[in-house]
Amino acid sequence: MITKRIIPCLDIKNGRVVKGTNFQGLSDVSDPVALASLYSTSGADELVFYDITASFEGRKLFTDILCRVASQIFIPLTVGGGINTVEDFDRVLKCGADKVSVNSGAIRNPMLIRDAARKYGNQCVVLSADIKRVDGEFRVFAKGGREDTGMEAIGWIKQGVALGAGEVVVNSIDTDGVKQGFDLDMLRAVCDAVNVPVIASGGAGSMAHFVELFKAIPDIDAGLAASVFHFGQIAIPDLKRELQNNDIIVRI
Amino acid sequence: MIAVIDYGVGNLFSLRSSLEKIGADVTVTSDVSIIESADKLILPGVGAFADAAKKLRDSGLDAVIKEQAAAGKPIMGICLGMQMLFEKSYEYGEHEGLGLLKGSVVPMAGVIPAELKIPHIGWNALRFKRGSNLLRYIKDGDFVYFVHSYYAADCADSVIAAAEYGAELTAAVERGNVCGCQFHPEKSGDVGLAILKAFCEEEKT
Repeated sequence: MITKRIIPCLDIKNGRVVKGTNFQGLSDVSDPVALASLYSTSGADELVFYDITASFEGRKLFTDILCRVASQIFIPLTVGGGINTVEDFDRVLKCGADKVSVNSGAIRNPMLIRDAARKYGNQCVVLSADIKRVDGEFRVFAKGGREDTGMEAIGWIKQGVALGAGEVVVNSIDTDGVKQGFDLDMLRAVCDAVNVPVIASGGAGSMAHFVELFKAIPDIDAGLAASVFHFGQIAIPDLKRELQNNDIIVRI
Repeated sequence: MIAVIDYGVGNLFSLRSSLEKIGADVTVTSDVSIIESADKLILPGVGAFADAAKKLRDSGLDAVIKEQAAAGKPIMGICLGMQMLFEKSYEYGEHEGLGLLKGSVVPMAGVIPAELKIPHIGWNALRFKRGSNLLRYIKDGDFVYFVHSYYAADCADSVIAAAEYGAELTAAVERGNVCGCQFHPEKSGDVGLAILKAFCEEEKT
């Protein structure tokens, strides 16, 4: 059977890996190529590269780094950040990306999902949603979690999947950076709503949180995290063994 | 020299990089004379079968590949490229393949339990069916990365490994000088590189 996936996420700004808490207060951590290589050899099942640069120069630097990573690392790579057009898909797929994640670009223009899925296949299009509880409902936020779109999140995700998104990343703003565990209620609501792989993001602080995630929600396909991996609080080989000891199928 | 056949289907950056990583002398090409002079051929492919088969036919490379295979040149198909080695595919209609291997490509929908997601995407374990050159550097149970919705069936004489996903899905095939894998060796970490190495090296006798 398909294994549960462990996915480190690398936020890239000006050619370096950064990770903030609650999406603010970014701090430089490491060199992306070196870090990606370390993760690949330690058993990461996939890597996500997120471009948080706004400038043209930064974007060029990001694609250069992506090409360097993809020429040395042979596991699936997902790329997100600044994806607003089908041409943006083309730009990163040419550098060796396997999947492309859309967020604000799809909120502005949902047809981006449909157009990209028609051109590259559903499996290539990942819908990433930053979600926060507002007035008792799950609300979609845009622009790196800074702007409330007013859209209800479950409806938005269903629409995205109907348009052709082949996978969904759920980033809970409520649990991100707090390290008290994944947002199980939010994740369960998304899993119940769609029949494509769902990736949990936001809140991982310990190995027990990953065990809890996969035990509580058997439909979840992957757990994504950044700082717990970047700062060495969780070593991926240890995490894989811990999951295996809890009868969760992983690649070891 | 290993020729990766470029017929306008999909992106070959990772495949080229992975072959370079294992030290293979690789050329990505659609040039008939280069394909004819190559020691071995790799037929890649992603997307829809009918579209890829048409591109291969329109380029005239289908005949070249058949000639080269008939002459005994080792050829490896990857993902959709593996599916094209078979006689036909039932992906949206009925389409003719290269016919280098016996069998046909069929949808997994209706074969696997309804609660399993399609495509079959992610890391899954290989279950060896018999010994082979292609998988000689890896072991039964090793994980590789799959992305597909159709699989090769009625190919008992060539299957060397399967993956369990509600049913046994053909994962790798080998018969004489023709072999292939449904999964992506160029995205399967060290296991995938070891498979590519086994193909690119001189075969065990």
